Amino acid sequence: MSADKTQQGGPDSAPQSVPSAIQLVGISKAFGPVQANKDINLTVPKGTIHGIIGENGAGKSTLMSILYGFYKPDSGEIRINGTPIQITDSMAAIRAGIGMVFQHFKLVRNFTVLENIILGAEDGPMLRPSLARARTRLRELAEEYELQVDPDETIDELSVGHQQRVEILKALYRQADILILDEPTGVLTPAEADHLFRILNGLRDEGKTIILITHKLREIMEITDNVSVMRRGEMVASVKTAETTPEELAELMVGRKVLLEVDKTPAQPGKPILEVRELRMIDADKVERIRSVSFDIRAGEVVGIAGVSGNGQTQLLEILGGFPEKGAKISGEVLMNGQPLDLTGRKSDAATRRQRGIGHVPEDRQDEGLIMDFAAWENVSFGYHNAPEYSKGIFIDRAAIRADAEGKIQRFDVRPPNPDLAARNFSGGNQQKIVVAREVERNPDLLLIGQPTRGVDIGAIEFIHKRIVELRDAGKAVLLVSVELDEIMSLSDRVLVMFDGMIMGERDPETTTAGELGLLMAGVTDTENTSPAEGITPAHNHPADHPDEPTATPEDRV
Amino acid sequence: MDKMPKWADVILTPLISLFLAFAISALVILAIGESPWEALKTMVTGAMGSSYGWGFTLYYTTNFIFTGLAVSVAYHASLFNIGGEGQAGLGGLGVAMVCLFIPWPHWTLALLGAMVGAAAFGAAWAYVPAILQAKRGSHIVITTIMFNFIAAALMNWVLVSWLRPVGSMDPASANFPASTHLPKISDFFAAFGIEWGQHTPANVTFLIALLACVAVWALIWRTKLGYEIRAFGRSESAARYAGISPVRITVITMLISGGLAGLMAINNVMGEAERLILNNVEGAGFIGIAVALMGRNHPVGVLLAALLFGFLYQGGGELALWTSIPRELIIVIQALVILFTGALDNMVRMPLERFFTARRLGKRA
Repeated sequence: MSADKTQQGGPDSAPQSVPSAIQLVGISKAFGPVQANKDINLTVPKGTIHGIIGENGAGKSTLMSILYGFYKPDSGEIRINGTPIQITDSMAAIRAGIGMVFQHFKLVRNFTVLENIILGAEDGPMLRPSLARARTRLRELAEEYELQVDPDETIDELSVGHQQRVEILKALYRQADILILDEPTGVLTPAEADHLFRILNGLRDEGKTIILITHKLREIMEITDNVSVMRRGEMVASVKTAETTPEELAELMVGRKVLLEVDKTPAQPGKPILEVRELRMIDADKVERIRSVSFDIRAGEVVGIAGVSGNGQTQLLEILGGFPEKGAKISGEVLMNGQPLDLTGRKSDAATRRQRGIGHVPEDRQDEGLIMDFAAWENVSFGYHNAPEYSKGIFIDRAAIRADAEGKIQRFDVRPPNPDLAARNFSGGNQQKIVVAREVERNPDLLLIGQPTRGVDIGAIEFIHKRIVELRDAGKAVLLVSVELDEIMSLSDRVLVMFDGMIMGERDPETTTAGELGLLMAGVTDTENTSPAEGITPAHNHPADHPDEPTATPEDRV
Repeated sequence: MDKMPKWADVILTPLISLFLAFAISALVILAIGESPWEALKTMVTGAMGSSYGWGFTLYYTTNFIFTGLAVSVAYHASLFNIGGEGQAGLGGLGVAMVCLFIPWPHWTLALLGAMVGAAAFGAAWAYVPAILQAKRGSHIVITTIMFNFIAAALMNWVLVSWLRPVGSMDPASANFPASTHLPKISDFFAAFGIEWGQHTPANVTFLIALLACVAVWALIWRTKLGYEIRAFGRSESAARYAGISPVRITVITMLISGGLAGLMAINNVMGEAERLILNNVEGAGFIGIAVALMGRNHPVGVLLAALLFGFLYQGGGELALWTSIPRELIIVIQALVILFTGALDNMVRMPLERFFTARRLGKRA
C-alpha cells in the first residue's frame, strides 16, 4: 500500500446502512512535548471486529484510554452510535456501552468470579441480591457465548485464559455493546487463543462491536473485518482485512520493509556446552515447579523452550542464571563446559554464573534486567560492574563505562542515542536492546534469553533475532524461552516443550506444526492420535483447576 | 522527560514548603497573642545574629548532619533506619570507653580513636536489626525502633551500675581526661586573635561532618559498593539477577548507616559534654529522619537541611528565653517544617509540576 492510498476514517466501502458504533473525529492528545495521538479519525461499523495495530508507542493504548475515559483528549470528538458524547471517566464509558479488557487483568485475586463480576455494579448495599442476579445472568451469558467459568472459583485458582473470560464477562454484565481488548492473546496458548476467537466471533454475530489491539499480524488476518494501522501517533491507514497482506501491514506499521522470517543457515552443533541432568526445584510453598528435567545444549545451536508461561520455564532460567526464588529447594546436576555448576550455596549466585560464561537476558527486563531509574550508561555495566574494565579499585570507572555505553548504543541502534537518559524513558524495544547489547557483547559461551521480544516492536524484533543467530553462528549456545510460538519455531534449531515443570518432548521446528506444539504445551504427549482441530480446549496452566473439562490428567502423562 | 527543571525540583519546592510551614507557624503565634514578626526576629538574631548564636547553631547542625547522613545511606538501599537515636547513643558509649580507658597523648589521636569507637559501637547496634532483616525478614523499621528503647535501657544500666564514678549521685560517667578534649571552633579563631563564638559548643567535629558528607557522596555515586546499594534499593529482584547479594548489601549498608549515626557522639559526648550522660542524643536521631527527607537523601541537601534544623533548634531556644512564647511552640514549628517538607511534599510539588508543564507548552505554542 502506498501513502496516497492512506485514508482518513474507516473503510469507505463499509455499507452505509450500518450505523457506526464508534466514530472518532480529529482526536489529538499530547503528554508534555510528546504528541501521543495526532488528529485521529476512526470509524468502526457496528457488528464488526476491528483490529488496531502499531508498534509500541504508536499511540494505540492512549487512544483506547481516551475512549475509556482515562484521558481527556485535547481536541476532537467521540461519537457512539452516531451521538457525540463526552467520556469523562470510566463510568461514563460503561454507561455508553463500552467495555474494556486490559492486557493486565483488573481482577481482585482473592475474590470469587461472581464477586469480581459485580464489583462496582452492585444493585444496593446488600450483596446477596446482586450475587443471585449475577449468577443467573452469568449462566445465560455462558450458554450464549461459550464463556464457561465456575462462578464460585477464586481468581487465583483460574488459568489465565479463564481469568480473561471473567474480564469479558464483567464487560458483558455491564451491558457492553463495544468491547475493547488490549493484546488479549499475549498470555494464552494457541488453543486458548482459538477459543477466544470463537467467543469473539460469537459476540460479533450477536451484533457486538469489538476492537482488538494487537501487534500480532497473524491474529489480525485471522479474525478482524477491518484493520487500522497506527504509527507515531497517527492513523496511517484503515483497510479491509481481506484486501491486505501481513507484509503490507508490517510495512505500514514500521514505515519500511520488514523481514518477517528469520534468515538463518542450518545449525552446526559442536560439543555440549550445558548439560542438565534431572533438575528438580520445589518452591517455598512446597510446589514442585521443575520435575526432573534433563537436556543438553551444544555449541552453535539455539534450543527453544516453548510453553504457556507459568509451566516452569521462568524457574529454569532463574536457576541457570543463579537467582532462584527464595526458599526453593533445588537438586540435580548441571554441567557447564563439562564442569559442574553449584546449584546451592555461595557459589550459586548470578555473579559466579557470569564468570562461568553464562549471559542472561531475563524475561522481565523492567524488574530484573535493568534498573529503570538508572541512566542507560549505568545499566550497561549492570551485573558486570565488578569486571576490571569497568572499575578502578573500589570506584566505578565512569569514563570507561560511558565510552562502552556510547559504543553499544551506536552498534545496537538504541534510540534516542542518549546514554544519560534513564532506562524507564526508553521504549520497550530500546530497553531490550540495552539488555541484549550488554549480554551479547560479553560474548558468553551460553546465552539464556527469556521472552526476547515481549513488548518489543517489529523493527527491534528483527534486530534482536539477528543478534541471537549471529551469536549462534559464532559457536555459542543459546537457550531461548518464549511464549511466542512463531518466535520459537523460527529461531530454534531444536524445540523442547515444557508443561507443568516437565519437558513433554522434543521436536524439530522444520517438521513440527504449531498445532502439535500446542498439544504438547497443553500436556498431551500423544500428538499422533489427537488432532489439534478437535483441540484440548481450553488448556490450563494447572489441570486440577477444572477436572470436568477435557484435559490431561497426571496419569495420562508419561 | 522531567516534569520540571532541576532547580525547581531541589530548591524551589522545599523553599515553598518551608514558607508555608512558617506562614502557618505565624498564624499559630498570632493566635496565642504574640507577634510573629518579633518571634522571627528573635529566632534569626538568636541563631544567626551573633557568633555566639552561630556557635550553637553549628553545633546542632553537626549532630543533624551525622544522623541525616545515616538515614540517607540506608534509604539508598530502601532501608528505613529509624534507629539513629539508639545507634548514636551507643556511639556515645564507644566514645566514653575510648576516652576513659585508653590514655591518649594528644587530642588528634584521641579523636581518631574515638571515631573508631563511636562508629564501631553505632554499627554494632545496627548490625542486629540488619541481620534480622537480611536473614529472617524482620522489618527493619520495627526492629530499629525497638532497638532505640533497648539502647536507652542499656545506657541507663551501664551508666548507673558501671560507668558512674564511686560516690556520684548523677547517672553519668566521669569527666574525660583533658588530653581528649577537642578544640572548639572558637579556639581556632582565637589562635588568629579573632574573638568568635566564645563559650559555644561548636567544635572540630563540624569539619569531620563536612568530610562525612563528601565521603557519603563518593560512596553512593562513585564506588562499586554505592552502585550495588542503589541498585539493590531500586529493585531487589534486579540486584539478585546481577549477582548482588541482598544479605551482604543489607548488612553492609546498615553497618555504614549505624556507624554514621554513632559518629555523632564525637560532637556531643566528646566535643561538648566531655563525659557520657543519660539521654545524650536528645532526639537528634529522629531529627535525622526529617533532615534526610528534606535533603532528598543527598549529602548537600542533608547539609542544608541540617543547617535549617540547627537554626530552628537554637532559634527556638532563644525564643523560649526572650519571649513569652512557650517552648512547646518550638516543637510545633519544627513539626510543621517536617510536615510540609516531608509528608506534604507532593502538595507543593504537583501544582509546581503542572505550572512548569503548562509554561513549557505555552512556550511551544
